[in-house]
Amino acid sequence: MAAAVRSQVISLYRMMLTESKKFPSYNYRTYALRRVRDAFRANGALEDPRAVERLVVEGQQTLALIKRQVIPAVVSD
Amino acid sequence: MKQRVKLFQTGEHWCCVRGQRAVVIGGQRFSARDIQMLSPGRTLSSRLLRPISRLHLRLGSDGRAASSLPKELIKRHELEIDELRPLYMDFQATTPMDPRVLDAMLPYQVNYYGNPHSKTHAFGWESESAMETARRQVADLIGADPREIIFTSGATESNNMAIKGVARFYKTKKRHVITTQTEHKCVLDSCRILASEGFSITYLPVQANGIVDLELLEASIRPDTSLLSVMTINNEIGVKQPMKEIGQICRSKGVFLHTDAAQAVGKIPINVTDMKVDLMSISGHKIYGPKGVGALYVRRRPRVRLEPLQSGGGQERGLRSGTVPTPLAVGLGAACSIAQQEMEYDHQRVSMLANRLVQKITSELPDVIMNGDAEQRYAGCVNLSFAYVEGESLLMALKDVALSSGSACTSASLEPSYVLRAIGTDEDLAHSSIRFGIGRFTTEAEVDYTAEKCITQVSRLREMSPLWEMVQEGIDLKSIKWTQH
Repeated sequence: MAAAVRSQVISLYRMMLTESKKFPSYNYRTYALRRVRDAFRANGALEDPRAVERLVVEGQQTLALIKRQVIPAVVSD
Repeated sequence: MKQRVKLFQTGEHWCCVRGQRAVVIGGQRFSARDIQMLSPGRTLSSRLLRPISRLHLRLGSDGRAASSLPKELIKRHELEIDELRPLYMDFQATTPMDPRVLDAMLPYQVNYYGNPHSKTHAFGWESESAMETARRQVADLIGADPREIIFTSGATESNNMAIKGVARFYKTKKRHVITTQTEHKCVLDSCRILASEGFSITYLPVQANGIVDLELLEASIRPDTSLLSVMTINNEIGVKQPMKEIGQICRSKGVFLHTDAAQAVGKIPINVTDMKVDLMSISGHKIYGPKGVGALYVRRRPRVRLEPLQSGGGQERGLRSGTVPTPLAVGLGAACSIAQQEMEYDHQRVSMLANRLVQKITSELPDVIMNGDAEQRYAGCVNLSFAYVEGESLLMALKDVALSSGSACTSASLEPSYVLRAIGTDEDLAHSSIRFGIGRFTTEAEVDYTAEKCITQVSRLREMSPLWEMVQEGIDLKSIKWTQH
């Protein structure tokens, strides 16, 4: 995997974990952290650049989702 | 000031004298000590009578009020300020919504609020396209065509529609319906209504492991049977019925097969073509979707005809009129598509956690029985009976874990669950059963805590139990002749 893509993936991973920690609910928080970690680990050996790019896009969409969903969770706590 | 108010749920009218410490009932005057509020805070009259604090009523000959109200040993109460909310281990009753589902629903609750059946403007068009996307997502999960999915208000409505609809449509030639004794209350109640309309219903017994006997099933099919209804995964004991074999039998005999798959959809792989199922009920809030929505799969080839339950503008192929709630339908669709993606991951995790729970409990505690077949089951629904311990007292002791003894629809009454009775559990074991529900969001820490708490509390309750003492001394309880006083 090219270095640029690798660092992009790592920063995406770190951002997703940081955002996931903001869920007030214990169950959602642990699920998000666990799922993100397991998903990145499962796809760690992928080499095909197109598949990697598709997953990175999906990851960015999920990151946006987590950011959006933390707000109603915090507000309704 | 005298006022006639309805005091108790028996519906009798009583006179009450406001402000004075007495009540005049049926012409007779009872003093403050004679009246007891059986259901405080529940009726308007109890609010009026609240200034009268200590009132005791002895319901002499008419004991109706006492027996008609369910006695709640675990009292409903608001949580204190510092009291933590319990751990949630009741995933068969309902499931929390997945954040991804809420994310899909929000735009349709806020901005895209059009009626999907409005054909003349963009609000309607975008709402309709969201509804059709959701329909396709639900259909993909079960291997159906989107035109075969009808959105309803939940699995109860789907079950009602399927059973009453099919039976009534074919009622001129076919008057027999078969179901099992372990079905959900809505199925059994629909069959009861059909029986009062003149249909004959067969309630098949199940074997001790909860699975229906295929030969008995085949033998009970008559030439005038229109419908057979069997639930895929039982909500109380978690057993999985052999749907492929049942489907084969029904197809060969020309009987429609309906299955209540509320607990199964999204958790085990389901394909309506493989299972040869003609009607299937789906519930939104069992698969991390919103409450208040479900779906009914109605096969088109060969066509299944239904008499609709809800009449109106002809929406949903004329089978279920009424505006389809777009945000809820979108939520159901999103829940189904997430379930399809996550099925493998969730299945592994839930099985691992369930094994962990059962291993931990059974390794420390003797005399624990798992109700239902050990192999043919969904791992996430664990129903354990703890011998020589009373179920309600164990639930009270485990008050920081949200558990259930039996299903939510039956847990109000003191009777043991009919499902456990149908699998032949002893009365005393049926009373001491607890259902542990494990789902997508359960963690190892929660399972460990539940197991430890359970072990401690069961041991403590058993210490206090004289029956346990006798068993420890080696006395066989069944050989005791209990004398009546």
